[in-house]
Amino acid sequence: MTSLNFEAIFQSKIDDEVKIEPKDWMPDAYRKTLIRQISQHAHSEIVGMLPEGNWITRAPSLRRKLILLAKVQDEAGHGLYLYSAAETLGADRDDLVQQLLTGKAKYSSIFNYPTLNWADIGAIGWLVDGAAITNQVMLTRTSYGPYARAMVRICKEESFHQRQGYELMMAMAFGSPEQKAMAQDSLNRWWWPALMMFGPHDSDSPHSDQALKWKIKRKSNDELRQNFVDVTVPQAEYLGLTVPDPDLRWNEERGHYDFGKINWDEFWSVVKGNGPCNRQRIQARTKAYEDGAWVREAAMAHAEKKEQRKMQPEAASKAA
Amino acid sequence: MKKEWPLWEIFIRSKSGLNHKHVGSLHAADAEMALENARDLYTRRNEGVSIWVVESKHITASDPDDSDPLFEPARDKVYRHPTFYTVPDEVSHM
Ligand SMILES: [Fe+2]
Ligand SMILES: [Fe+2]
Repeated sequence: MTSLNFEAIFQSKIDDEVKIEPKDWMPDAYRKTLIRQISQHAHSEIVGMLPEGNWITRAPSLRRKLILLAKVQDEAGHGLYLYSAAETLGADRDDLVQQLLTGKAKYSSIFNYPTLNWADIGAIGWLVDGAAITNQVMLTRTSYGPYARAMVRICKEESFHQRQGYELMMAMAFGSPEQKAMAQDSLNRWWWPALMMFGPHDSDSPHSDQALKWKIKRKSNDELRQNFVDVTVPQAEYLGLTVPDPDLRWNEERGHYDFGKINWDEFWSVVKGNGPCNRQRIQARTKAYEDGAWVREAAMAHAEKKEQRKMQPEAASKAA
Repeated sequence: MKKEWPLWEIFIRSKSGLNHKHVGSLHAADAEMALENARDLYTRRNEGVSIWVVESKHITASDPDDSDPLFEPARDKVYRHPTFYTVPDEVSHM
């Protein structure tokens, strides 16, 4: 069979909603796109632990601390599910990690913003996890089997993340005037970066068409962003908080909210490494990687020694 | 010496009476650590009562390109299915 035939069979499977599995033939570009997307998604989960981890020791109650610990641990889990999905495509875990540490691979820009007050932990769960869920629910139906399965697992866990965030926002927004001010301040800072999480406008998103054709994505960036705005604005109203966008209004005709212009210069500047925390995030990941090196090596050496002992019990006991 | 921890495939029995089912993979230095990591990674919400770990390199998988010759023989044996047989309506419990 020619590769043209392979490609036709591949596309007809996609069109018929048959999932692509690891050993199936797939175009090189599909594989590359997936490895890039899945690993960047994994990196985002891992780096995403840092802004929230910042508040674990300062959580105001044991209940909040337990919740935050569990959430951050989930994010580590999400990263691992996704790395393992990327590995089914032939990617090497250590290569992926190196790409993150050297800056060759990107992660979601949202995690380059700092968590300045306790309400930020609520805003992250509500808005950042909320935006992630909008995207991830779509990805549970992505065409690549292992990625779709990882997403199903992740989405089940995400709804806890969003709800605990909203509950925290409620506590702040309905609390003292100072608490309410903190909640408003955090909404002011997180709203626009959350909208940027969906990526550039469709008109400026060159890879989008192919990703839609391959059903890696099933909705465009702008569609997802609109979904998110439509469900989130009433949630903000319930809290009695003001979305920091003077152009935001319900458009009866469209049946959607209209919203203001996103500052794409800020977006690209953060993507390029100049956000408030880019360097700090990579430094933290690099330190964790380097500080853990001896543990990884020692565990491997220990495992090898145990294995040897099993193979030749006498020789090993004499040597010991 | 730099060597990555090998990859393990993880299978979870979600409750007694059900099969172990593949859930994903993870890296660990040995089987014991693979079990512990699988516990933390795949059963944080009571998803399992039993875990199997198998080093990925020990899995032999069929080749999807061979799936036609592999599964073809079963395809034309319709007589293996109960629907192949007509039993009169008067006859019950069958
Ligand atoms: Fe996550
Ligand atoms: Fe999350």
